[in-house]
Amino acid sequence: MSEQNGTILSVNDLKTYFMTEDGVVKAVDGISFELKKGETLGIVGESGSGKSVTNLSVMRLIPEPPGKIAGGSVVFDGIDVLALPIDEVRRIRGRRIAMIFQDPMTSLNPFLKISKQLMEVTQLHLGHSKQQAREHAIKMLKTVGISDAEDRIDSYPHEFSGGMRQRVMIAMALSCDPELLIADEPTTALDVTIQAQILELIKDLKTRMGTSVILITHDLGVVAGMTDRIIVMYAGKVFEQASTRELFWAPANPYTKGLLKSVPDPAHEQGKELYQIPGLPPDVAHLPPGCPFAERCDRAADICRSEFPPFVEIDQGHHSLCHFAKDVYRESKTEAAEKAAN
Amino acid sequence: MTENVEIIKGASLWRDAWKRLLRNKLAVFGIIVLAFMVIAVTIGPAIIAWATGYTYDLIPADRELVRSMPPSLKHLMGTDDAGRDIFARVLQGGRISLTVGIISTFVSLIVGVSYGAIAGYLGGKIDNLMMRIVDMIYAIPYILIVIVLLNAFSGKNTTTLVSWLPQIIVSLAILIVGILISVLLFRALFDKFVATNFGVFLLKTLFIVFSISVLAALVFLASSLVGNTNAGVWLAEQYSTNVDPGLSQIFLLFFALGLVSWLTMARVVRGQILSLKNQEFVMAAKATGVSTPSIIFRHLIPNALGPVIVYATLTVPSVMLTEAFLSYLGLGVQAPFASWGSLAADGVKNIAIFPWQLLFPGLTMALTLFSLNFLGDGLRDALDPQTRKF
Repeated sequence: MSEQNGTILSVNDLKTYFMTEDGVVKAVDGISFELKKGETLGIVGESGSGKSVTNLSVMRLIPEPPGKIAGGSVVFDGIDVLALPIDEVRRIRGRRIAMIFQDPMTSLNPFLKISKQLMEVTQLHLGHSKQQAREHAIKMLKTVGISDAEDRIDSYPHEFSGGMRQRVMIAMALSCDPELLIADEPTTALDVTIQAQILELIKDLKTRMGTSVILITHDLGVVAGMTDRIIVMYAGKVFEQASTRELFWAPANPYTKGLLKSVPDPAHEQGKELYQIPGLPPDVAHLPPGCPFAERCDRAADICRSEFPPFVEIDQGHHSLCHFAKDVYRESKTEAAEKAAN
Repeated sequence: MTENVEIIKGASLWRDAWKRLLRNKLAVFGIIVLAFMVIAVTIGPAIIAWATGYTYDLIPADRELVRSMPPSLKHLMGTDDAGRDIFARVLQGGRISLTVGIISTFVSLIVGVSYGAIAGYLGGKIDNLMMRIVDMIYAIPYILIVIVLLNAFSGKNTTTLVSWLPQIIVSLAILIVGILISVLLFRALFDKFVATNFGVFLLKTLFIVFSISVLAALVFLASSLVGNTNAGVWLAEQYSTNVDPGLSQIFLLFFALGLVSWLTMARVVRGQILSLKNQEFVMAAKATGVSTPSIIFRHLIPNALGPVIVYATLTVPSVMLTEAFLSYLGLGVQAPFASWGSLAADGVKNIAIFPWQLLFPGLTMALTLFSLNFLGDGLRDALDPQTRKF
């Protein structure tokens, strides 16, 4: 999908810890990934796997204390974001990296008119006058498909529905034409039809504006149609990284396989229970020495409980954090071939 | 279909609240009385002077008239012991009483809101430090602060500011030693006992030690200042070469009440901001690159404004009561100036013989305070989303 090959964002060995009374919570522990210009990256994982913290770290939005970026680097378009003074970071936020949040009900200021909130961004970053900012805001509202933008711009957030508010959030995020859009579960709070509309909108705007996108979600169905590559996160670590096609076709990690198996399938046999991964995600403050997924994994061996698994490269651009990555990969491939044969 | 439907203009939160306020009869009564009162005290004295020639400090030249007369057509509220028209004095006193209330509330709005919002938003050590300062000032009875201030700055003898520098230095030394002892004890013992009942007890004890040292410092300052300085005149001279000591006292009263009036407001606002700052829209604002002052003043404070407005309307009467109390004690406004409190104080001496001297200032003040409280209650109901009826 991507024509250009420049890297817009590269995250290297990022570590974000939270100092709590219960000990150090390693919310993100040594994450690395790259995002190319115009590419869409999906980050998938259960609640508490560190998806959001990763992206808040990229934006330097981790509340300190108790949070702390303990190591690694985040290079955005050649700039090391983590080494930048906070004023410079502020100039990047909203201007070059924009963010959409999960709950559109609470991410707009209830006391300010939509117009004010939209205009603030461009007045701040593009130096727009009031008039310019207003015109731009109306244009953006039209772009995200809000009819009567001229009339509706002076409304308050509570006069919009959830889907409309998320559109406003997208308009706000895109109004400075950012190079990178981080969407943190943008559709979780919306119902399914609106969800589809919003995803379609993001996809459409992405191709039109050439923005790179990071899409965080726990819904594999959402990332399937949207992304070029996917990262699967678990307990603050990357468990698998592959192109979307490859990941769905031949997952090389038992955790990814488990996730894929637990997606409801229309062809699902009636009466058969939907698969679910047993157990709960581990407490990241007290991780066992071996693989954090070992307790829940159906193929865990002794080595999984004692030794931390290696990050194996299976194919070009396909990595998996597992002692048996290659075996799992082979099995998945055979299964997929069998399915195709049926 | 939708084309035919006229777009309903959405009601803003404020317009909504205003509507609810107007539905509250007591609050409307309060607004009307207050508006009337403000107009009356603003233009009233001038009208009386124009119509009858009486002013608040006019003592009749005719010795026969220098006595308290009951209400008549000439003097609607009667006259006081010196034969001054009480109606004119009540209106004049209203000026001072209302000004005290408004200035203090203004101070509490500006200082208290900013202070509380900054402390609440920044959190952590800064918050802790800022709020401990508030606690410190809180711990001292405000009456004491006011008395110290009024005494320190309005003595009758002429000495200069320099002459009480030693006292200030000694007071500061007491204060610093007290704080040091508290902090050192606190740091030494905190970790061990903080989670226990004993820890709580310890905290309280230390806080009392701390407060006592502050108190001691102030008392020392006060005792060494009372009666032998003239800083008030010194202060007044900075503003004008020819200031009436009575006026400088009023000025000091404003200052002293303003000094203590913002404390509760700071706490109220801090509490609000603490609960607001973790909301997602703050994170969203940060993520769009909005600066910290902008987040505090553009995004957070408007959200906290409901409780602030309510609290402000309730501050006005409480400050007015304090002023009345101080004037009643003879610390505030002095004759020939008048405030409702000082008028009541004068009147209460003669309550058995000349009841009108107390009745009219008292009634006016009660009416105003009631109205302010009604308005405050009305605003609280109107702005509180939980009592909202659609």
